[in-house]
Amino acid sequence: MSEILLEIDGQKVKAKTGMTVLEAAKAAGIRIPTLCYHEKLEPYGGCRLCIVELGAGERKKIVVSCVYLAEEGLVVTTRSEKIDRIRRTIIELYLAHAPDAFELLELAKEYGADRDRFAKEASFCVHCGLCVRYCAEVKKKFAVGFVDRGTRKEISFVPEIAAEECWDCKECFPLCPTEALQAAFVLMRALSL
Amino acid sequence: MAKINSPVELEEFRKAILNRRDPDKSCITLCSGSACNASGSAAVARCLEEEIEKQGLSESVEIRKTGCHGFCERGPIIVNNPGGVCYLQIQPEDVPEIISETAKEKRVIDRLLYTDPESGEKITHEGDIPFYKNQQRMVFGPNLSIDPKSIDDYLAIDGYAALSKALTGMSDIEVLEEVKKSNLRGRGGGGFPAGQKWEGSRNAAGEAKYVIVNADEGDPGAYMDRAILEGNPHSILEGLTLGAYAIGAHEGYVYVRQEYPLAVENLLLAIEKAEEYGFLGKNILGTGFDFKVIVHQGAGAFVCGESTALMTALEGRVGEPRPKYVRSNIKGLWNQPSVLNNVETWANVPLIINKGADWFTQFGTEGSKGTKIFSLVGKITNTGLVEVPMGTTLKDIIYKIGGGIPGGKKFKAVQTGGPSGGCIPENLLDLEVGFDELTKAGSMMGSGGMIVLDEDTCMVDVARYFIEFLTDESCGKCTPCREGLRQMLRILTNITEGRGQEGDLELLETLAETATEAALCALGKSAPNPFLSTLRYFRDEYVAHIEEKRCPALSCKELINFYIDPEKCRGCGSCLRKCPADAIIGGKKLIHIVDQDKCTKCGTCFDACPDKFAAVTKLSGVPVPAAVPEEERTIKKSK
Repeated sequence: MSEILLEIDGQKVKAKTGMTVLEAAKAAGIRIPTLCYHEKLEPYGGCRLCIVELGAGERKKIVVSCVYLAEEGLVVTTRSEKIDRIRRTIIELYLAHAPDAFELLELAKEYGADRDRFAKEASFCVHCGLCVRYCAEVKKKFAVGFVDRGTRKEISFVPEIAAEECWDCKECFPLCPTEALQAAFVLMRALSL
Repeated sequence: MAKINSPVELEEFRKAILNRRDPDKSCITLCSGSACNASGSAAVARCLEEEIEKQGLSESVEIRKTGCHGFCERGPIIVNNPGGVCYLQIQPEDVPEIISETAKEKRVIDRLLYTDPESGEKITHEGDIPFYKNQQRMVFGPNLSIDPKSIDDYLAIDGYAALSKALTGMSDIEVLEEVKKSNLRGRGGGGFPAGQKWEGSRNAAGEAKYVIVNADEGDPGAYMDRAILEGNPHSILEGLTLGAYAIGAHEGYVYVRQEYPLAVENLLLAIEKAEEYGFLGKNILGTGFDFKVIVHQGAGAFVCGESTALMTALEGRVGEPRPKYVRSNIKGLWNQPSVLNNVETWANVPLIINKGADWFTQFGTEGSKGTKIFSLVGKITNTGLVEVPMGTTLKDIIYKIGGGIPGGKKFKAVQTGGPSGGCIPENLLDLEVGFDELTKAGSMMGSGGMIVLDEDTCMVDVARYFIEFLTDESCGKCTPCREGLRQMLRILTNITEGRGQEGDLELLETLAETATEAALCALGKSAPNPFLSTLRYFRDEYVAHIEEKRCPALSCKELINFYIDPEKCRGCGSCLRKCPADAIIGGKKLIHIVDQDKCTKCGTCFDACPDKFAAVTKLSGVPVPAAVPEEERTIKKSK
């Protein structure tokens, strides 16, 4: 693998061909926030928190760093007024679903997000797909998947597979960015019955 | 039927078809597209068959069931040849007279002709009707004369001549260069130059290459692709085969939505016949070129019209866009170079190869060449499909071809480009249609949807409607689209229902920016357009809804009241009898009153009140005047 040189936030960064901008930044100790990223999984590009700006001046464009491959001479900016504004909005959109998730609250603090900006709609799942993809890509069990589409989409376990596989695994639980909320969600649902 | 093995054989075969046809033989063509079928075309066809039999004309009169003629407002359409007498809105009971008078005696039946609304004159020929006269039907034209189920009909109008010319007289590079030179741009939405896309695939490394037809037409009110699929499927197959030859593909797909059963039927039959004749399959026209086409029916998701989602769906997986920054012409279907173009784009290719890029580029504007088919719907007199050269003004399309707004209403805006397009106001009606021109005006060409809106349409509600459609059709993979649209819809609904607040517009603008900049695919990135373009041109309507709780178009139910003007009410009782909510208080010779607590705002009273009184009115943003006291409700005799 050949080495390439790029610039992230004014810092010269070395990367290997085939690395994404996110991986290159990580390797150089530059933090870019992520939610749906996991090093063992194929990049998903779903949460869009890891957006960065490429280029300079008028020709700047926004891409997601978890998918965009590092190129020789690339100029990357990981924080700007615009990037921060978009990240803040994304975090606020998540907080409408999971206002007490620790990971989200930490991000909210960093980006000054208001957890009450958007109308609440409790559903602890934020569609990062980590459980679904981990089960499929790493465990190769396909015990959990997405059902339906768009705003109606939710995760669901396949009972036949789950009954066989899940009791001794549960490796997806700690991956969930809103895991702590599940108890609260279930409790809330019980109380609202 | 033995395969046609060379261009010479093809020309001989073509000549034989033409020789067998007697130009003087009576032929009744009947529009049999999905739109006309819905207006009773199938029943008319049965009557025609029966009546021809009954009148003993089976030998001398034939019927040809064609695809859509485009003038759907007035379908089903019959054209009697030779002579070309055109009858509109034909019902089964008209058929016996058409056969005995027109087909047999060559006499014109005046009552079935088109009447020019301005001059009152009857128009005999289809091409002289203003709706058709002002069009330029290069791609759509053959629909009028061929039976899509007959490959011989296609051959009779020079079908597969372009393929024959290319495979034997042009190298693959020459075909590519011709398409590049024509500057044909994708008719499906983005307007990307087709030749450039093809070239990328041609030059890309891959074990196999694919060409694909995007026939997942899903914009509300748009059906131009359906009309070509149903009415002239061979033109698409010929274009696709030419593309395959140019880039070196041997397999092609048509991704067609399941809601188009007649399109699928005609397409499958066309493929079968083309294979039988040797225009598809192994060793096409004896040239050694192999190409097969597979039809894939979609499962009903708007997002599958997006290129990467379509390819993912073709692979048998959930139709969601891919996040990769690699163009699908380099790595597409099964990670191989894949050219995806929409139906209309492919149908243009045989024309370009047949007549040359120089011929093609004489039509259109600097940046947009050729013609474009638009689906003209909404508050327009002549609903239908319209093909015009790029550069035609919106005004000409809406007034000259479309016949303007019905019911004496005032034009307000035209929504172009499908749900993620935008609304163009009256002061921009001189805009020449073209990819860049429409984008500059804050809308887009999209696939050619054109929805005309009149003064009774609330622009905030239009934005809400399209955002609702897009929310429903979002695949849900990325946050800015799934969650952003959900919130946008919520805020827009609040505004139209009178719960708008200060700061709503800023919040919507933030959400719009988030989706435009950070959504994964083109659907998400363009999803805020309905809001952005209506805000750009109709901000005052948003402000009226939010600040004054007033709907200027008097359309948003929650913001209007129905009120009977006591000065105008003549006590006729029309509204009282029709009100489904018993919300009208009145009686003989009494001024009628709307009980606001009971009123469900269905608008029945508004429609029921005779025009000569026009006493029922809509109020918005003002309090409803107090009802006339009971003792003063008796109507004095009018002068």
